[in-house]
Amino acid sequence: MSASVPFWRSAGLSLLILSIFLGAWEIAVMPKAGGGGAALDPEYAALLGQAAAQGGTTPMPGPSAIGKRLLELLADPFYVRGPNDQGIGVQIAYSLLRVGAGFGLAAIVAIPLGFVIGMSPLLNAAFNPFIQVLRPVSPLAWMPLALYSIKDSAISAVFVIFICSIWPMLLNTAFGVASVRREWLNVARTLEAGRWRTAIRVILPAAAPTIVTGMRISIGIAWLVIVAAEMLVGGTGIGYWVWNQWNNLSIADIVIAILMIGLVGLALDRLLGLGARAVAWRE
Amino acid sequence: MAFHPRPPSRALAPCGCGAAHASGFACDAAPADGTGAFGEVAQEAVLRAAFPQAATRRALINALGTGTLFAALDSVFPLARAREALAQGGGAPEKRDLKIGFIPITCATPIIMADPMGFYKRNGLNVEVIRTAGWAVIRDKSIAREYDAAHMLSPMPVAMSLGVGVAQPVPWAVAAIENTNGQAITLANKHKEKRDPKDWKGFRFAVPFDFSMHNYLLRAYVAEAGLDPDRDIQIRAVPPPEMVANLRADNIDGFLGPDPFNQRAVFDGIGFIHVLTKEFWDGHPCCAFAVPRGMMTETPNTFAALMRSIVEATAYASKAENRREVAQAIAGQNYLNQPPTVVEQVLTGTFADGLGRVQRVPDRINFDPFPWHSMAVWILTQMKRWGQIRGDVDYAGVAQQVFLATDAAKAMRDLGLEVPASASRTHRIFGRDFDPAQPEAYLNSFAIRRS
Repeated sequence: MSASVPFWRSAGLSLLILSIFLGAWEIAVMPKAGGGGAALDPEYAALLGQAAAQGGTTPMPGPSAIGKRLLELLADPFYVRGPNDQGIGVQIAYSLLRVGAGFGLAAIVAIPLGFVIGMSPLLNAAFNPFIQVLRPVSPLAWMPLALYSIKDSAISAVFVIFICSIWPMLLNTAFGVASVRREWLNVARTLEAGRWRTAIRVILPAAAPTIVTGMRISIGIAWLVIVAAEMLVGGTGIGYWVWNQWNNLSIADIVIAILMIGLVGLALDRLLGLGARAVAWRE
Repeated sequence: MAFHPRPPSRALAPCGCGAAHASGFACDAAPADGTGAFGEVAQEAVLRAAFPQAATRRALINALGTGTLFAALDSVFPLARAREALAQGGGAPEKRDLKIGFIPITCATPIIMADPMGFYKRNGLNVEVIRTAGWAVIRDKSIAREYDAAHMLSPMPVAMSLGVGVAQPVPWAVAAIENTNGQAITLANKHKEKRDPKDWKGFRFAVPFDFSMHNYLLRAYVAEAGLDPDRDIQIRAVPPPEMVANLRADNIDGFLGPDPFNQRAVFDGIGFIHVLTKEFWDGHPCCAFAVPRGMMTETPNTFAALMRSIVEATAYASKAENRREVAQAIAGQNYLNQPPTVVEQVLTGTFADGLGRVQRVPDRINFDPFPWHSMAVWILTQMKRWGQIRGDVDYAGVAQQVFLATDAAKAMRDLGLEVPASASRTHRIFGRDFDPAQPEAYLNSFAIRRS
């Protein structure tokens, strides 16, 4: 279906939608000419923001203002001026580091555990109730508990990423392992392959696409959660940056942060998409 | 040992002034010129450093006599300076690298400005001031000792020490008051006609935290007008930066909050300043410089250096002529992250009120570090009034434990600031005298209360 549409046509339509949206936005936030004719005392007006001095409220910034700010930020993304003032690139790096740590730990725990659960129907049934209860809990609900028991906000943030990314990987691994074809296992048995050898040479390649899909879901959730976690814990990271700019009521910076979060999330997803292609197999 | 100017068994008095006296409030500081106990300690330390071998030291003292020996040493080592430094500073800080958390509001001015303006450095400390996302986070990071000291609302250490709002009592103390006054009630622009609190039935207000002067002052203010703050209005705890956003979105009708957010609402054309809290209680405390209570005994020199930095910064900020400079130092991205004009209006007290007038109130916010015990007593009466604590309260005892008036007084005296003779006084609050010796009578005089 999508193969029949040439790339330039879809790209052109995307651009058209974008420019209509941005144009409408720019027009909507343009200052109304002649509004607020009330002449204010100049001394009083000097103490107010530009819009308030004309009797209005500070408007939402338009795309042009945001674009200008974006260029400013990207001109020097990696500066560090004290603990509370660091470039947007540094902040994203901190977030990626946290996601990497939490996600990596979750993979180390979830994939072996998922293997064991998938290979044993007994363990599968025994673990299932716990997984089902804990899985739907919003990761942020763990935050107060983590802060209270771990007593370290940096580790707490990583823990929250860990706990939210473990479930999709665990369930997908268990499912992938459990649904390996009987015939293949039987062939392995007739060839007298040991348990360990069967797991590595037969089950792992067979379940790999499902496992990677689980990882892909996990990293998406982890990236969603890190922003919220950093807003709560503060310190560094793109989520904290959003909170910080909100503190300054700087909507332009927040829009830029949203754009950045989206782009990085896309990149992470594509990365695991490549991984999925590498382990895919066809019968 | 032949030479030992100070018997090791004589413990220093708890105030740390070095003089032997009964513990209590009235403490005569050790002579600052270094002739007291500290001076002798300094001399001995230098002697030990110059002649590490005990035998050599003894032989020299026997041969020359102590007077000649010190005169000789003095020519190569500035003994007088060392004696003075020790008498005034109590020695080098045990811990130099400190982390102090703050909330980006003008109440934190002394804590913040001490970093860019070099007050911490001058006292031998290497402090990182860390902006923090909210009061609950400040509290949790303080309890976890991620922060060595923190900017808190002055009722927070009281509540934490009593075990209210936390899992178990956590002994934190108010080492100094950060700021006095400096808060305001801001209302949405649509309420410009409703200036009488009697008309506020059904209003939704925001305050920064349950355990805050803001909460207690707002409650007392509407109660004075005959409204019950629990039934007639809604009060929500909202982080200060979100107050302006919520006011704009019409989620709240107003807030009693810290600056710069009152001024920020005016700056953005969203609200107007209805009244400054200075009108309720001139000189009321707001935020506090809080430390774990163990700090004084575990790292006394660090504590002393920190107190000096904060008291120096507070004294500097209290002078009207310095306010503009301070505003420039703290408005930037690394600290408050606000437009400089907003911070300047708050600190200089020349501000747009949102009603078309420029007001001039130089003490809109003020800085006075002394933690009056009577302030803590008032806070306790309000905690009890609104049901945050129940039963009998040891007002004077808690006040003395949590508000470290003695230590603040020492740091102030060392800087040559005037120190009150007593840590308790009568305050004028909402047009009435509050006598800290009669807290229960004060509490019982209110018609609207929960206990």
